[in-house]
Amino acid sequence: MKKMILPVALGAAFAATSLSAASAGTLEDVQERGKLRCAVSTGLAGFSYTDENGKWQGFDVDYCRAVAAAVLGDADAVEFSPTTGKTRFTALASGEVDILSRNTTWTFSRDADLKFTFLGVSYYDGQGFMVKKSLGVASAKELDGATVCIQTGTTTELNLSDYFTAEGMSYEPLSIETNTEGRANYLADACDVYTTDASGLAASRATFENADDHIVLPEIISKEPLGPLVRHGDDQWADIGRWVLNALKIAEEKGITAANADEMAANSKDPEVLRLLGASGEMGASVGLGNDFALVAIKAVGNYGEVFERHLGTQTKVNLARGLNAMWTEGGLQYAPPFR
Amino acid sequence: MSTSTVPADNSFQLSQLWRDARYRSYTIQIIALVVALSVVMMLISNAVENLEALGKDFNFGFLYEPAGYDIGQVLVNYTSASGHWKAALVGLLNTLLVAFLACVTATIIGVFVGVLRLSNNWVVSRLMAVYIEGVRNVPLLLQILAWYAVFIHVFPTPKQAVKAPVIEGAVYATNRGFYIPGLTFDGGYQIVVAVLLASIAGIFVFRRWARQRQEATGQILPVGYITLGILIVPSVLAYFAAGMPIGLDYPVAGRFNLKGGLKVGTPLIALWFALSIYSAAFVAEIVRAGIMAISKGQTEAAYALGLRPRRTMSLVVLPQSLRIIIPPMISNYLNITKNSSLAIAVGYMDLTGTLGGITLNQTGREMECMLLLMATYLLISLSISAVMNVYNESVKLKGR
Repeated sequence: MKKMILPVALGAAFAATSLSAASAGTLEDVQERGKLRCAVSTGLAGFSYTDENGKWQGFDVDYCRAVAAAVLGDADAVEFSPTTGKTRFTALASGEVDILSRNTTWTFSRDADLKFTFLGVSYYDGQGFMVKKSLGVASAKELDGATVCIQTGTTTELNLSDYFTAEGMSYEPLSIETNTEGRANYLADACDVYTTDASGLAASRATFENADDHIVLPEIISKEPLGPLVRHGDDQWADIGRWVLNALKIAEEKGITAANADEMAANSKDPEVLRLLGASGEMGASVGLGNDFALVAIKAVGNYGEVFERHLGTQTKVNLARGLNAMWTEGGLQYAPPFR
Repeated sequence: MSTSTVPADNSFQLSQLWRDARYRSYTIQIIALVVALSVVMMLISNAVENLEALGKDFNFGFLYEPAGYDIGQVLVNYTSASGHWKAALVGLLNTLLVAFLACVTATIIGVFVGVLRLSNNWVVSRLMAVYIEGVRNVPLLLQILAWYAVFIHVFPTPKQAVKAPVIEGAVYATNRGFYIPGLTFDGGYQIVVAVLLASIAGIFVFRRWARQRQEATGQILPVGYITLGILIVPSVLAYFAAGMPIGLDYPVAGRFNLKGGLKVGTPLIALWFALSIYSAAFVAEIVRAGIMAISKGQTEAAYALGLRPRRTMSLVVLPQSLRIIIPPMISNYLNITKNSSLAIAVGYMDLTGTLGGITLNQTGREMECMLLLMATYLLISLSISAVMNVYNESVKLKGR
């Protein structure tokens, strides 16, 4: 037996060298695994958080569930990876997750330089400022010399620098890593201002004990189109993600809800509704899915409006109006390409 | 005997590589080398392959693009329009600053604690034992976060601090940092600085001369007062002669923060504090080990000569224990430097925070940033080792 040690050791060494990251189609990988791996944020009220039962909830989370429903037929077949602003892109680029749904701003460099494909805009946002009412500040233009809490690794810190430079003002940045730390620092008065996307501010404010002592300033200093994204190089997977998002939007436009989806599929006269819900045509097959992928997704989480109202809407603590995120038919910007 | 297994005709058989003690060690070394090399090759080729698969190239051009973000505590001129390399430099200097400060304070606290730990006073030595065991058994990251929380909650906000200054108009302690008067330099300040440096050099020359004189003649000069005089008098004269070119910049209340003066931010203070307290516990144990390694006879001999305990410690025991203390102390300093990379937890922008944090994130160049980062830390650590080793050479027992 002793003789065997040498060849075995050598063999193991060479076997290891031949290992490499083989990447088949993401769809096949997900189906084989039976789980969708989805990166979300570490915790942001309304967007992604764990409820009292330890179950992930939120606007970004429901998108992952919709994709899981469309691909695997089970909205709960999702493995959520909480990521920070810093770790999210590495997690996606390295293949640790299949899709990133973490209020991420669509920018040129992330699209082109970081080699990601954005699947559309799930939430139109903009960067705002929150201050304590007691400071007596009414406009962001009065913030010269203030200390600003800011999450690192986000577009917000670049926007902030641009805005203060353009306005000829100075500020002292206090860089923090997560939203939770940001809130803690802001509440302890370690900074005067907390800045992030307006939706995030509203979400954070909702968790404060005395929410009324804090105001979000009227200035919105940037465009922040937030959306899910995947890696470059797997167009089929990108198409699936893109059209699940679009399906949710079209569903709202056409009045399809989680409750009436089955009935609409059976009785609707609208050809686009029938195509979307898989009652006519063979649309699903062209992205490698079942014909009813949109139907399953809508039944799992509801249409875009339902998801929004459930997690972010005026009935929730986050209390955000639809605003830019209303359907285009109602004066908003949400506009999905036709399903044909 | 192993030689008896060699065939008489001296012909070489392949199995001898494995079975013959004369060749076996070579065989094993070559195999180990091949295995090590192939693992390294695998890692490199894997990285290259995967970068190619992701469509990413490998270059450092991004370092010259504008960074676009601001940094709280900077030691050199830096704006968001500066390049990423400048941000990395700011981070590097911040790392060196906090590492240096922490090394100094950890050493001072550690030596005190280590000596007191050996005190004959039961309460004192127990207290020190509790401190050491408590501090070094709790993860550093938690300590940093805890100290930061203490600082931002215990100290007053800038508005309250203005009403309750530490020194009216000069020193303020707030939960965002400590404000002290800063120095302003006008034309001609170089003369004053040059005189000051010359005085310091003069002090060394004088002390050396005074010692030689004492050894030769036995006469003792009041070295302390003369040193102080050399340090202060020429500099003050030069200061007035050059027209008072160095002034003080006092912090004043602004709308949100204090303005002017020199601000030492809470992140730096909390990190410095936590690193010092944590590392001092290790220093204390090293010092204790060093002292205990000196044979009791040395102390007894010193007592027999009539030396008081304090002088025994500083003249007889400590100088000898330095030889034992220095080598583990080197690795302790290296640990402090590397531990400073936990800075990001409290928003102190060190090298890991800028180059390995924001720059990496905004440019998406993980490989380049990480390699640069590791190379830099390696360089810092090797430099510290080199300096400390030179010092070690100078104190170690000379073989004659």
